[in-house]
Formats: sequence, structure tokens, C-alpha cells
Amino acid sequence: MYEFEFETPATVADAVAALQGDEAQALGGGQTLLPTMKQRLASPSRLVSLSGIAEMSGVSADAGTVSIGGATTHGAVAAGAGAYPALADLAGHIGDPAVRNRGTIGGSLANNDPSADYPAAALASGATIVTNAREIAADDFFDGMFGTALNEGEIITRVNFPVPEAANYQKFLQPASRFALVGVFVARTSDGVRVAVTGASETGVHRWSEAEAALSANFSASALEGLAVDADGMISDLHGSGAYRAHLVAVLTKRAVMAAG
Amino acid sequence: MTEVSMTVNGVSVGGSVEGRTLLSSFLREQLGLTGTHVGCDTSQCGACVVHVNGDAVKSCTILAVEANGAEVATIEGQAAEDGTLSVVQQAFQDHHGLQCGFCTPGMVMSTLALLKDNPKPSEAEVRKYLEGNICRCTGYHNIVRAIMAASGQDVAIAAE
Ligand SMILES: Cc1cc2nc3c(=O)[nH]c(=O)nc-3n(C[C@H](O)[C@H](O)[C@H](O)COP(=O)(O)OP(=O)(O)OC[C@H]3O[C@@H](n4cnc5c(N)ncnc54)[C@H](O)[C@@H]3O)c2cc1C
Ligand code: FES
Ligand code: FES
Repeated sequence: MYEFEFETPATVADAVAALQGDEAQALGGGQTLLPTMKQRLASPSRLVSLSGIAEMSGVSADAGTVSIGGATTHGAVAAGAGAYPALADLAGHIGDPAVRNRGTIGGSLANNDPSADYPAAALASGATIVTNAREIAADDFFDGMFGTALNEGEIITRVNFPVPEAANYQKFLQPASRFALVGVFVARTSDGVRVAVTGASETGVHRWSEAEAALSANFSASALEGLAVDADGMISDLHGSGAYRAHLVAVLTKRAVMAAG
Repeated sequence: MTEVSMTVNGVSVGGSVEGRTLLSSFLREQLGLTGTHVGCDTSQCGACVVHVNGDAVKSCTILAVEANGAEVATIEGQAAEDGTLSVVQQAFQDHHGLQCGFCTPGMVMSTLALLKDNPKPSEAEVRKYLEGNICRCTGYHNIVRAIMAASGQDVAIAAE
């Protein structure tokens, strides 16, 4: 790891100021960034820690919305987001307990790893990603593998999840990394059903619109009979072929619908 | 260089560190507390688990400056002054929960964090909690058995 200066702002405004300049980078829980810096794949000259910013930490729920500070750890979401059980359950299955004690929702969404769990929840729930500068709908936030709508130095301060009528996340574990080999999040609201898929496509997290249409008409696993996902454009690696991942998407979507009830 | 101070196993300590100094390096190289093991240095193995303000964390994946002002607990703080092992350590010895012992400091620190929240875990809960602690020797059964015993439960587990 190359050396850097370390800042611990206490407010979002101070963090934004400290992030001015190309070489500065935000540090959430460090569970992705520190390993990346050890490999010298990232070499910021200044790290701005977000963990001391009180306004960015914690979970609150009211009027059908669960609101999570951008620096809230996965463990705190697992324990505190009981108003949205599928989301709390997802957070409680990220990595392992030590990772969950450090890693944060803002870091996970900003990183947009193609196999990460939170992006599927944000996209299926129609969450709003709040930054220091603006509010971004999840539909406009994710931009291919590891890409997002965030500008240089922009900080995710909060993520607001409308709580669906029914929801479930099915994660097919890649046991060595503990990320999802494939994960499917299904959310049913009065406006219809949203299905978001992680771990599968070379374009990163995405919605499965055919399944959404079928499930919006009839929210049952049988509505998915005959629907198949194209293996073209699916990630293919030593953990699974594109065809296998395409197959898993359909299976996990059915399981999620059955579990969501 | 930055001055940091923290409490490690109840003792106030301090030192001068670079921004990039990992907590694992600070503990091992500056404080000489080499009980915290670095197995992978890639956040995978859990040999380096310590507690920071009561939470189990991988000390290879947190900067020493991030632990400034914190209460840190490591394996060295677990036995009594006269060397008497803690309940969890003794259970690992009694039930052969270690062979080479490399993973053991992290296993013990993770176990303590589990039992703090869940004093009587089921076998499945123990296995799930230890997902981030890798052991290359034991095959895990005796580790699980040790933890069941340390929590005052029947040590006969399905794996027998
Ligand atoms: C062993 C292991 C297993 C894991 N398993 C899983 C898993 O099963 N599922 C999963 O989804 N993830 C998994 N992860 C990744 C983990 O969830 C990370 O915590 C997460 O990806 C990044 O969050 P962080 O807070 O640690 O971010 P950091 O590592 O601190 O930062 C990651 C990136 O986000 C930026 N950033 C951080 N916070 C913000 C913010 N608030 N606003 C804007 N940018 C920000 C940083 O500048 C950096 O570019 C695993 C990690 C490890 C080490
Ligand atoms: S040395 Fe820290 S997780 Fe392996
Ligand atoms: S006892 Fe050797 S690695 Fe666990």
C-alpha cells in the first residue's frame, strides 16, 4: 500500500471539502478499498474516513420508508432494519461477521461490484440514493460493472428504501468469496413487481423485465413457467458458465417469489 | 506520521504510525503482540480477528489510525495473569480445537464475539458465525465441539 494522508471529518460538509482534488478518496468500512490499495490497484494520496460522521450512521423507519445512513455497517442494518425484513436478512448474509462490522451500505453501492448484494436490493426496491449534492433513483444510479452515476468526490449520505408489500432475496452463494454467484431480489408493491438480478450479467446489476411483467399480472412462481434468460452477455468464469448463471436467475426468481408469499 | 493512542487489553498504549499502517502491523510490530496472526492479508482468513470497541474485526483490514482512541482486545488479553486459560481457550485445548494453532487466535476472538451476543448458539449458528475464519488443519468439527463445550452445551455433534 502506498502512503496517504488520513482525514477524519465530523460532518458531511467537511468530508466534501476534504475530498476536493483528484487524488482524494472516501473510506467507508475499507472492506473493499483497503484490499484494493494493498494490491496497489488504488493509490489515493488522501483518504477521507466517513465513519466519524454521526449524521451518516444509523437506520430509521417511518411512513413506509426505511432510511439508512450511508456509513451504516451491514451489521447495523441486519440488526436495525426490521421494518424491511428482506433487506435486514440480505445485510445479515453479506460476507462474514467481521466484514459486516466494518463494511457499509454507501461503500457497497458506490463500489457496485457485479456480484454485490445491496445493488440488487436498491434496484428492486426502487430505492433513492441521497448524496451530498442530489437524490438519484436506483434506476439511474448503476452503470455497468463497478460504474455508478456518482461524480468525483460525491458522497452517498443516505439510502431511502420504500418498504414493499412483499419481498425476498435469494442468494446463491459463491462460497470462496461469500459474494453472490447469482442473487435475485423480488419486491412487490401496489405499482407492480420489480425483479433485480446481481452476479449474472456482464452489464452488472439489472432488472428482469419479462419476469416483472409476468409477476405483476400474477404473483406466483407458476407465472414464470416458460420464461428463460438468455445466456448471451452473462458472466462466464471458473465459478460458473453463462448458461448456468442464466439458469440460476430463473430458479432463484421462482424461489424468491415463493418465499415472499 | 500520526500519533495514535488506544487501550489494548486494558492497557493504554500509543505510538507513531503512518496512515497506511494496519492495525495488525501496529499490534504485532510496534506493540510486540504477535498472537494476532496474519494468515492471508487479503481479508479472507480471519486469523487476524481482534475486537475493536467490542466488535470482531479483521485487523489486517482496518488502519491503526481508525482504531485511534478505541478499546482493542487481542488473544494476549484472554488468559489470566498467572497463565490460566480462559474458558474458551481451555475448551479449544480440551477438545482438540487446534492442530498447528495458526488460526486459533482468530477463532477464539470470533468465538468470544459470538458468545457475547448468543451465549448458547446451536451448532448451525456456530458454523455460520465462523464462516470468515478459515482453518487448514482441523476440519472444523473439533472447533465446533470446543465452542459447544465452552457455552456449556452437549459436545456430541452430528459430525461424529
Ligand atoms: C471477505 C469479504 C467478503 C465479502 N462478502 C460480500 C458479500 O457477500 N456481498 C457483498 O455485497 N459484499 C461483500 N463484501 C464487500 C463488502 O460488503 C464491502 O464492505 C463493501 O463492498 C464496501 O463497503 P465499505 O464500506 O467497506 O467500502 P470501502 O471499502 O471503504 O470503499 C469502497 C468504495 O466506495 C467508496 N465509498 C465508500 N463509502 C462511500 C460513500 N458513503 N459514498 C461514496 N463513496 C463511498 C470508496 O471511495 C471506495 O471507492 C465482502 C468483502 C470481504 C472482504
Ligand atoms: S490476515 Fe486478516 S483476514 Fe487473513
Ligand atoms: S489449527 Fe492449523 S489452521 Fe487451524
